[in-house]
Amino acid sequence: MTLERHKYDVLVIGAGGAGLRAAVEARESGLRVAIICKSLFGKAHTVMAEGGAAASMGNVNDNDNWMVHFRDTMRGGKFLNHFRMAELHAKESPDRIWELEVWGALFDRTKEGKISQRNFGGHEYPRLAHVGDRTGLELIRTMQQKIVQLQQKDGRETGDMESGIKVFAELTITDILKENGKISGAYGYWRESGEEVLFEAPAVVIATGGVGKTFKITSNSWEGTGDGHALALKAGANLVDMEFLQFHPTGMVWPPSVRGILVTESVRGEGGVLTNTNGERFMFKYIPDVFKDKYADNEAEADRWYEDQDNNRRPPELLPRDEVARAINSEVKAGRGTEHGGVFLDVSKRLPAEVIKKRLPSMWHQFYELAGVDITKEPMEVGPTCHYVMGGVEVEPDTAAAVGVPGLFAAGEVAGGMHGSNRLGGNSLSDLLVFGRRAGMGAVEYVKKNTATPVSDAAIKAAAEKIQAPFDRQGGENSYSLHAELQEVTHNLVGIIRTGSELKEAIAKIAEIRKRSANVAVAGGRKFNPGFHLAFDLDNMLLVAESTAKSADAREESRGGHTRDDFPGMNNKWRQVNHISSFDGEKVNVRAQSLPPMPKELFDLFDVHELEKYMTPEEVAKGGSN
Amino acid sequence: MARSIKLRIWRGDSTDGGLKDVVVEANEGEVVLDVIHRVQATQMGDLAVRWNCKAGKCGSCSMEINGKPRLACMTQVASFGEEETITVTPLRAFPIIKDLVTDVSFNYKKAMEIPAYEPPAELAPGEARMEQIDVERSQEFRKCIECFLCQDVCHVVRDHEENKKSFAGPRFLMRMAELDFHPLDQRKTRKQEAQEQHGLGFCNITKCCTEVCPEHIKITDNALIPMKERVADVKYDPVRWLGSKIRKREGL
Amino acid sequence: MSGVFSPTRAKIKERTLRTDKWWLQPLLTFGVLFSFVIYATFRAFENKNYFVEESHLISPFYSPCLSESCEPAATIGGWTPFSAEIFNFALSPALIILIFPLGFRMTCYYYRKAYYRSFWFSPPACGVAEPHEKYTGETRLPLLGQNIHRYFFYAGLVFNVILTYDAIISFRNKEGEWGHMTLGSLVLVLSSALLWFYSLSCHTCRHTVGGRLKHFSKHPVRYKLWTTVSVLNTKHQQFAWFSLAAVAFADIYVRQVASGAWSNPIFF
Repeated sequence: MTLERHKYDVLVIGAGGAGLRAAVEARESGLRVAIICKSLFGKAHTVMAEGGAAASMGNVNDNDNWMVHFRDTMRGGKFLNHFRMAELHAKESPDRIWELEVWGALFDRTKEGKISQRNFGGHEYPRLAHVGDRTGLELIRTMQQKIVQLQQKDGRETGDMESGIKVFAELTITDILKENGKISGAYGYWRESGEEVLFEAPAVVIATGGVGKTFKITSNSWEGTGDGHALALKAGANLVDMEFLQFHPTGMVWPPSVRGILVTESVRGEGGVLTNTNGERFMFKYIPDVFKDKYADNEAEADRWYEDQDNNRRPPELLPRDEVARAINSEVKAGRGTEHGGVFLDVSKRLPAEVIKKRLPSMWHQFYELAGVDITKEPMEVGPTCHYVMGGVEVEPDTAAAVGVPGLFAAGEVAGGMHGSNRLGGNSLSDLLVFGRRAGMGAVEYVKKNTATPVSDAAIKAAAEKIQAPFDRQGGENSYSLHAELQEVTHNLVGIIRTGSELKEAIAKIAEIRKRSANVAVAGGRKFNPGFHLAFDLDNMLLVAESTAKSADAREESRGGHTRDDFPGMNNKWRQVNHISSFDGEKVNVRAQSLPPMPKELFDLFDVHELEKYMTPEEVAKGGSN
Repeated sequence: MARSIKLRIWRGDSTDGGLKDVVVEANEGEVVLDVIHRVQATQMGDLAVRWNCKAGKCGSCSMEINGKPRLACMTQVASFGEEETITVTPLRAFPIIKDLVTDVSFNYKKAMEIPAYEPPAELAPGEARMEQIDVERSQEFRKCIECFLCQDVCHVVRDHEENKKSFAGPRFLMRMAELDFHPLDQRKTRKQEAQEQHGLGFCNITKCCTEVCPEHIKITDNALIPMKERVADVKYDPVRWLGSKIRKREGL
Repeated sequence: MSGVFSPTRAKIKERTLRTDKWWLQPLLTFGVLFSFVIYATFRAFENKNYFVEESHLISPFYSPCLSESCEPAATIGGWTPFSAEIFNFALSPALIILIFPLGFRMTCYYYRKAYYRSFWFSPPACGVAEPHEKYTGETRLPLLGQNIHRYFFYAGLVFNVILTYDAIISFRNKEGEWGHMTLGSLVLVLSSALLWFYSLSCHTCRHTVGGRLKHFSKHPVRYKLWTTVSVLNTKHQQFAWFSLAAVAFADIYVRQVASGAWSNPIFF
């Protein structure tokens, strides 16, 4: 049988927001593009994003601008963000939103007919462009339809709609291929038939999203198995700051059919409050010093804020996600949580039923239909769920090029640096757009200067053997049970609260599972066989988990999405450090690398007293890098 | 509390197949997709099923449960009787691949045939002004999660394979309505195209699309019938036709 | 083999695997509509017992009464443009006009669903394979003709006006003095009111008042109307059945009173 082969200029792995935006950019520059998605086209995890896309358009409050957004993003990330990424993101996101509108997106409107913007945790002004609570779906659909528009254009010019941009749905990539140190393509298989495919392309954009399935309780779907993280590692790229994982504070913990599913922050933005089993609105106890002047310390002021945002501080329910997640965790640990390990989130006593249905339509409908919970009548039981990984492929901010691998690019959740130690809600949809486009541009620039390198027969043979291997093994390990074991380890030892000894135990256990995973055997044929699919996903998750555990063990402080019981509190020395993971073919190695210092013009956007909370006196005294 | 339930799952591929009986545990509050996953993990390791978000938001786990097109993640086990056998089959309007997975490429082909949105030529990014009341009608249709249950249930193609070439199906006729209602779309020929190229006339408004829509979009009442009326305006109403010749009523 | 039994589809021999009583709804619809058609046909040809002069009650099946055979008091100001018979066939006044209300209901978007399902099994119910080999729907004649629904809607409005007039003039006593009321007046008021709701909740009405606009914001009054009609439109099915029942009952009532079987209680 002959191997299915395709040649493209740019190969985009992942069809979520970042992947599609990169593909549009590359195609509009005239390149031929292939889009690979692991599931059907249009089902990417981006559709789950509810709240909105942060962009300082200033439509609702004209005090907003990119500098305020930049400051909010850096604060949210506890100043561990790559300053240049945060800067580009804050500057470019309004254009990316407006561009979607030109492509046909229909955002909710203000009275003046502009795009409406809503409040969200960590954002100083109403900043999130939204469509009810299904903004992610709007993004995906708009770009999907933009791609159709490009295809129709190609169809008119060449007679073949798929001549310039083609979607390969339900296809898994198992290897990114290199020749002479440069990207040459990728190898994978059709999930439907199990048959193998070779893509030859000088540039590959990784946009595979997150790693949630490494954990037991997660909002991510089965696709969030860290494929891109692992593919990049194996291709010689680095991962940065993999210890930082965002646990969304309000995932449903009960009933079981909706466990892990997110209750969007907008529920709190619209007036929902968190209470423990004593009926206490506990968030007032958990306002960190750095946020004291922005958040109300009493119920009266917090309640007034919903009506008058200029003269009151915001309710503490709207603190950044990591703060809320930790607060809930503390309440539950102190015995004030529900029997299912959560707390109550109630909007039913705060707003009339019809207002809730109007403002949070899909929240209402989702819980009513999935679990028979009517959020207009009863509180929800919520707790932290693994939601987002801040860490990811180390990239050049301007081009999204993966450091160390010519021809490889990464954007979206799979890329690291942008969000520092914690991502603000709403910043991920705009991140997708801004860096998806930049990755597309980066790939275009690269392809113009570099010719394609043919894939060698040796590389093909090695990749093919790897896919066949689990079928040839008899009576080996079962991938389902190894996956469950891994999730148990990460949940118990690398979860929301960590300690050095547990992390070391986790590292040992992950290594042991990894050794056994080399012996995974698959029953049944190649045709749409989920056991076979999981065998490859498992390998990826193991690398991600190893990288996370090792980075977490190295970072001896608590910051954003990384909390150490044995090192509580931030340490300004650690702020200067990124953890870089690399893979030597055997194991993941983690080393410290200095964070690039902020240039003076960005440094000066902050009040010096605020910076003193995050930076060492020497850094503050220096006042920026130039 | 966990209890045993009886499940009949269609297993097979394009060559042959049939319903297989299994007994599986179900916990309180679980949905059909949960028990299918349990079957997969404990009894049928290679049972093929598509799913993704398990939250009713992506529209991947479309199948037919007791003969009705549904999302498995949105169908509570408790909605069936204690003794009832739950029969699960793949979508019956599309070619079978394996077990509960069908080839839904028909829908993606149709998506590519619908003429894309055409913005005003001079509209610069950020300059668009639209009123909320003008975008609301199209927004309803953009809630669509493309589960293709409406495409599956529509008898025009479900019962008549030969109509697939000339009928876009409820989802994509609704897409045409969405664009025709879009306040800024400039394309003037969508009504004619809906009728002449995408088979709006095949629709006999029997409303099964609306019945199965998990997003509760009123596909028939709010998209297809208004579109039929718009088609009548331009094609079948002599008075309006005459009126449009006499005074050019653009931008209505 | 076509449809769900096509060679590419999953091999399942049942036409449907539905376990609920999916056949009940079409059966009921068929029963009620069929009974109505039989009764209406009988009444249209009966050509008597449609007018109660002393109570000023006229059956909605026979109004407006336009035939020379009509009793003068039943006509609108004595206007009778149609002769009493054609080709030696006694032309009932009902036969002259019934085409309009009948046409309105036949082309109605709700009734179409109802009879395509229950009379034509196309499909009998959702997910139940239909028995036909071929299907072209409303793409060609005669069903393409459903597109003239709007003209029947306009005609229906004229009839609503006339039937409302009929209801109003029933508020008189035997001597023709105003301010009196019988049970018959109430019956006519109810049937004409439900007819108004049925017409105004119609999809064509919704389209006409505002649905065809692209920018509601430029037409605030029509937007308001459209919003109101849209609310009524969600109840179109109910209005269709209630108004049908009310019209049939009004006819039965008039017939029974006219034939002397029932008396018409006078309220005041």
